[in-house]
Amino acid sequence: MSATGIGASVRRKEDFRFITGKGHYTDDISRPGQTYAYFLRSPHAHAKIKRIDKAAAEKMPGVLGVLDGAEMQADKIGNLICGWMIHSKDGSPMKMAPHPALAVGKVCYVGDPVVVVVAETLAQAKDAAEKVVVDYEELPAVVDCAKAKGATQIHEVASDNVIFDWHLGDKAKTDAAFASAKHITKLDIYNNRLAPNAIEPRAAIGEYDTGSESFTLWNTSQNPHVARLVIAAFVGMAPENKLRVIAPDVGGGFGSKIFIYNEEVVALWASKRVGRPVKWTAERSESFLNDAHGRDHATHAEMAFDADGKILGLRAHTVANLGAYMSTFSSSVPTYLYATLLSGQYAIPQIYCEVDAVYTNTAPVDAYRGAGRPEAAFVVERLMEVAARELGVDPADLRRRNFVKSFPHQTPVIMAYDTGDFDASLKKAMELADYKNFGKRKREAERRGKLRGIGFSAYIEACGIAPSQAVGSLGAGVGLWESAEVRVNPTGSVEVLTGSHAHGQGHETTFAQLVSERLGIPIESISIVHGDTDKVQFGMGTYGSRSGAVGMSAIVKALDKVEAKAKKVAAHMMEAAEGDIEFKDGTFTVAGTDKSAAWGDVALNAYIAHKFSGQELEPGLKEGAFYDPANFTFPAGCHICEVEVDPTTGETEIVNWSAVDDFGVVINPMIVEGQVHGGVAQGIGQAMIEHAIYDDNGQPVTGSFMDYAMPRAHNLPSFKVGMTMTKCPSNPLGMKGCGEAGAIAAPAAVINAITDAIGTENIAMPANAATVWAAIQKTQPRAAAE
Amino acid sequence: MYAFEIHRPTTVRQAVNLLAKNPEAKLLAGGHSLVPVMKMRLASPSALIDLSKVEGLAGVEVGSRSVTIGAMTRHRDVARSPELHQVMPALASVPDSIGDPHVRNRGTIGGSIANNDPNADYPAACLGLGATIITNKRKIPADEYFQGMFDTALEPDEIITKVSFPIAKKAGYEKFKHPASGFALVGVFVSKRSSEIRVAVTGAGANGVFRATVFEEALKKRFHPKSLDGVTLSTDEMNSDIHAGKDYRAHLVGVMARRALAKAVAG
Ligand SMILES: Cc1cc2nc3c(=O)[nH]c(=O)nc-3n(C[C@H](O)[C@H](O)[C@H](O)COP(=O)(O)OP(=O)(O)OC[C@H]3O[C@@H](n4cnc5c(N)ncnc54)[C@H](O)[C@@H]3O)c2cc1C
Repeated sequence: MSATGIGASVRRKEDFRFITGKGHYTDDISRPGQTYAYFLRSPHAHAKIKRIDKAAAEKMPGVLGVLDGAEMQADKIGNLICGWMIHSKDGSPMKMAPHPALAVGKVCYVGDPVVVVVAETLAQAKDAAEKVVVDYEELPAVVDCAKAKGATQIHEVASDNVIFDWHLGDKAKTDAAFASAKHITKLDIYNNRLAPNAIEPRAAIGEYDTGSESFTLWNTSQNPHVARLVIAAFVGMAPENKLRVIAPDVGGGFGSKIFIYNEEVVALWASKRVGRPVKWTAERSESFLNDAHGRDHATHAEMAFDADGKILGLRAHTVANLGAYMSTFSSSVPTYLYATLLSGQYAIPQIYCEVDAVYTNTAPVDAYRGAGRPEAAFVVERLMEVAARELGVDPADLRRRNFVKSFPHQTPVIMAYDTGDFDASLKKAMELADYKNFGKRKREAERRGKLRGIGFSAYIEACGIAPSQAVGSLGAGVGLWESAEVRVNPTGSVEVLTGSHAHGQGHETTFAQLVSERLGIPIESISIVHGDTDKVQFGMGTYGSRSGAVGMSAIVKALDKVEAKAKKVAAHMMEAAEGDIEFKDGTFTVAGTDKSAAWGDVALNAYIAHKFSGQELEPGLKEGAFYDPANFTFPAGCHICEVEVDPTTGETEIVNWSAVDDFGVVINPMIVEGQVHGGVAQGIGQAMIEHAIYDDNGQPVTGSFMDYAMPRAHNLPSFKVGMTMTKCPSNPLGMKGCGEAGAIAAPAAVINAITDAIGTENIAMPANAATVWAAIQKTQPRAAAE
Repeated sequence: MYAFEIHRPTTVRQAVNLLAKNPEAKLLAGGHSLVPVMKMRLASPSALIDLSKVEGLAGVEVGSRSVTIGAMTRHRDVARSPELHQVMPALASVPDSIGDPHVRNRGTIGGSIANNDPNADYPAACLGLGATIITNKRKIPADEYFQGMFDTALEPDEIITKVSFPIAKKAGYEKFKHPASGFALVGVFVSKRSSEIRVAVTGAGANGVFRATVFEEALKKRFHPKSLDGVTLSTDEMNSDIHAGKDYRAHLVGVMARRALAKAVAG
């Protein structure tokens, strides 16, 4: 292994830029003549718009435009769309309601953009917005997803607020399995709604060039090409060749920046309307209002066991809250990203899952770190733990008894697991956690008046979603391949253009490590280019832990082509047969001779083209590739959480966290470990403190960090991270992906540990001190009263 | 934020005159309560009167019977005062528990008690020690000063110049942090000075900081955590929100009081 190649913990190349304030985020960019947009948003969860009076606002100083949804429609700007088609049980398509970028006729959640004011300064735009008068006729709000069906109708297309009622698996066979069961474990679960909170709020600059009749959009996107496609093809702003999307440095996304949002579409349209570039940067309070939220599932789940503790079947009924409108990929999250993972790490003969997706008067809900898979892992791993307790079996034992042990393994819910070793990760995690001495630690804690508990989460996820053909058959509106282009400069330095997009993942380092390893050149000579539709021809972006497994595989393919071409050049240079050229550590040699040519010389020769005729061989050294994987990848692992609960206050301290993950081949262990830490932190946040809450009228109650609890360092333990490795067979590097694992694994581990500590079957997330204390009141009233 | 003027007086008298002339003006101390609400356009003072250049408003002075803290003394400087640690570490621990380093480096005691946020820490210390709030006009006992959430005895043109705390041999502060904001979900300051026993509670009450008189009564026999066994606070006056119900808050007051007492009798 070289110092900068695959497997080396290379320091992140991009960090110097970021930590010295030299990053270029959207808000750092200023365009000549730039103006500022401020959005007037709905203060009501559900209301008819009876009248909008803009006259006074238009007369305010510095105002260039006060624009509303009717004008947008008049300009033939189309609605936002959801790009994944789901069909209900009866075959009918999902009920996608119109989602105008500026509300038309009605508003459906607090924060729904109604009017945009464009002015010379932001303060002027805000002042003018205060003069806009909107008359609303309030309607009853629907908030709770469990009560949405049949409540006040929100959209014309969905009479009972149900978007689809979908199912997966064989109901009859699953019911039969349950009928023969010796034991059935039942659980009601609410997977709490989360606000994503990337450190960089969303932002957009729209610019229209009257000369070329083309638009440019700078935005905080995880997938600028998809944004361009949607804004061109569906919103109809301009054809793709007249729309450039640039997502420069982006400060975190966690899924929330995948989607195409109102404000970016409006910034583009308004820039044409006012004839000047228009900038919008969200304030944190706006982020809370309409960045797509995550989770919000209510599930009843059951697991059936035979007399030996073998799982016979699993059935689940989930109501998924998709909020006021269908966000870009919202429909895929509670369906194909969720129910397909309900087999967990276990051989489960029969699974049946029903999902009702509903509209409510809340912010749209879409993918958030893990997207569907944390919800699935939570169902499976909570059921396993509760079952183990009910059956009186050690939870590790029950899992081991049911693990999938031979691969490939076809689950009853579409997924075909390619490889894995679930025993190995469980065993290693138990060693890291010193499981065998847990009893001792529990007794010791008891003497200090603390309740100690331990919880497992043996999760599996599906990453790098693909192949395109397969996802197409499941309703995806796009392919899920990735592209790469390797451009070798005449001096041998390299630019790699990728369709992936980094917003914290460290691609500039890890992708360069791959190239360094393959070409034997220093990583300083390698630049990774992403995030600009004028530079990178097309790409699918970054989410679902796909950039390694899919994005880097595309780079491998392009590197293969580059190497093949370079060998041809080298053959001409050294007057040898192409087949005799060998390439290793940055040097081309002729087999059986001492002739050699350095990488840089070959690159130069490819461009000066003096040693070969242009008829025989094209000059230049630049190759592109599209890579479409053969299967999803299946990262899996085991996390063990150990907690101490203070029964007098309900405070829970995580005293031990052992994570053992199988991510396949790891490019940069340091970065991967960081991804695990971040993911676990988010999962702990969900399990213990985070909750986006609306009151009964649909007013957000957790609209700032004063009320929305984000995990801080003091909420987190020092993590013990270990790895096991089975190589992923479906991509050339053997990678599986690591970005979401922590967030997927953590919630079940925490809740399993807390319920173990306080001796209760179930506890709601977030299990914050107040919730835990209330639960202890029931299980151990004496301890709690002290 | 709306546009505003800014004034930088160098004496209390100048500041008072400016206040009198600009009824819509606000004093600016550390800005960590005022500026956030201005940014959200929830406050729109026509002018800010910045106290940071006013001489003699900052500093911790330890006397034989009392500690006097200038209104503009930053939380950090109180928390790190070696003299204060000598005589009353419990008081130093109060600003030490506030917010994060940014907040502690900017926020002031004067701003905190002028604001009288129902979840703020200093009000508990003031009431729990029987402090005197000293203004340009008068001396106000803490018992009269705090008048409900965000409400104080201050008049519009009144400026806090310092706060005087009697030194209590036995004192302790315990705070249960709000899971999101880090303010006091419940904070209890206890003290005993000769025969005077005080138990002040912040965060929990439906109407701001208050004295837990049932606890004070119970502690008269013996100033010790055990004296609170079986003594509970009525839930009636408790605040309730998404973070904690009345029951839990009332319960936490008891727990925090015992812990504060344990510190006080140990220290
Ligand atoms: C992120 C964050 C976390 C925080 N966490 C906590 C916490 O855990 N506990 C806690 O107690 N507080 C907390 N605070 C509040 C913090 O302590 C503030 O600094 C304090 O409440 C106000 O002090 P200031 O000096 O910043 O006052 P400013 O914001 O400048 O002023 C506040 C008010 O007091 C008035 N005022 C200021 N000085 C005087 C004076 N001398 N005389 C009369 N009126 C005056 C002002 O006009 C204004 O109305 C937090 C704040 C932030 C931003």
